[in-house]
Amino acid sequence: MIVFKGVHKWFKNLHVLNDINLHVTPGEVLVVCGPSGSGKSTLIRTINQLEPINEGSLVVDGMDLSDKKTNINKLRAEVGFVFQQFNLYPHLSVISNITLAPTKIRSLSKKDAEEQAMVLLNRVGLAEKRDAYPSQLSGGQQQRVAIARALAMKPRIMLFDEPTSALDPEMIGEVLAVMKDLALSGMTMVVVTHEMGFAREVAHRVAFMADGVILEEAPPEDFFLRPQHERAQQFLRQLLTPMQSECP
Amino acid sequence: MLNYTFDWSIITSGKYFDWLVSGLVTTLKLSAISIVLAFILGLIIAVMRMSHSRPVRWFAHAYLEFFRNTPLLVQIFFWYFGSYKILPTAVNDWLVSTNFEFAAAAIALTIYTSAFIAEDIRSGVLSIPKEQMEAARSAGFSYLRSMQYIILPQAVRITIPPLVNQFLNLAKNSSLAMTIGVMEMTYQARQVESYTFKGFEAFTAATVVYLLLSIAITALVNVYNEKVLNVHKAT
Repeated sequence: MIVFKGVHKWFKNLHVLNDINLHVTPGEVLVVCGPSGSGKSTLIRTINQLEPINEGSLVVDGMDLSDKKTNINKLRAEVGFVFQQFNLYPHLSVISNITLAPTKIRSLSKKDAEEQAMVLLNRVGLAEKRDAYPSQLSGGQQQRVAIARALAMKPRIMLFDEPTSALDPEMIGEVLAVMKDLALSGMTMVVVTHEMGFAREVAHRVAFMADGVILEEAPPEDFFLRPQHERAQQFLRQLLTPMQSECP
Repeated sequence: MLNYTFDWSIITSGKYFDWLVSGLVTTLKLSAISIVLAFILGLIIAVMRMSHSRPVRWFAHAYLEFFRNTPLLVQIFFWYFGSYKILPTAVNDWLVSTNFEFAAAAIALTIYTSAFIAEDIRSGVLSIPKEQMEAARSAGFSYLRSMQYIILPQAVRITIPPLVNQFLNLAKNSSLAMTIGVMEMTYQARQVESYTFKGFEAFTAATVVYLLLSIAITALVNVYNEKVLNVHKAT
């Protein structure tokens, strides 16, 4: 469903993606983790071409992103993207945030789009917020609306770029619960996250990145119990016992 | 002692009152049409100014600098006395037979003000976080559709205070249309003064009318802001 073959990307002289080879199959949940600055956000942003690649080939849902003739807007409509900072449209109510793209891009009637939006709002537990504005919601609620907004396009793939990193700790659980529910429904997902509990429980595979390279790719049980690469071992130690690693 | 006798009745009733009212109606029409067109044109020029295509960007830039930096009165004279000379005779005759003064004034006011509005809107767009454009593009909207549905509605909200200024300037600048014979408020006040020598009364009336018009424009935009755009909730 998503196939990276020898993908490279540079920001000026910085080699942010270095020979990425990755294959995500339909229904699979892939968690990408790694220290900050490792290129994992850039990697997930190439999948809907928020960042174009410089070299190699990337095929998403049968569409070749290195081909100039590929209709990028059509591809993006099939791929949901959830941002770290939610990025809801602040001038629109919750329900209008969700119905905007389906009515304008999928040409759904307003009535159908709103019915569908209410189903999604129920699913993320926010039906009573339909007429609220983003500024009136907590971070966790905004992120759940953002997920509903992405799902309203009936995407074939969902991408999550550190969806809980901007949230207060007590709100992380509500967002992860929605994502877990989505994973169990069979959605193909790529998730960049530091939530190792989520990775362990929900992911089918974990990819570990550092310095633009995928150093390790394994099922979560192997990755967490028997990390092969030294950088991965170090990363996991730091996540589990952050205080100790800062004061050796 | 004053050797001037006030006579307010000439401007509150009779023929001269009717002149002033017809002047007011013309000013309202001229201002309303020009405000709407200047806003639409300003939006278009602002988007062109930020286009990815260099020629489009340059065209918009040249347009802005040209119309911002020449006097409105010269532009009004150009459209009224100059522009039609290069048109075929038939078109020429038709224009003269119509109310061309009004059209020329509306064109000049629209174009002149649109240049200022475009710059105000552009600065509004630049203040919207780039993540909004990313969110819109990720949903599958093209660049122009993202502008239309997501960026411009937010930018215009931010731009409302400077936009009100531009609308007020336009309404007041419409008085320059009298120089080419548009029978608007100032023209009629001048006319009343010439017939009656009651300059104090006539221009007091004009002053009050412009003042009320400006206050009405500000109030209208504020109501639109509150009731339609829900600005208080959406920020």
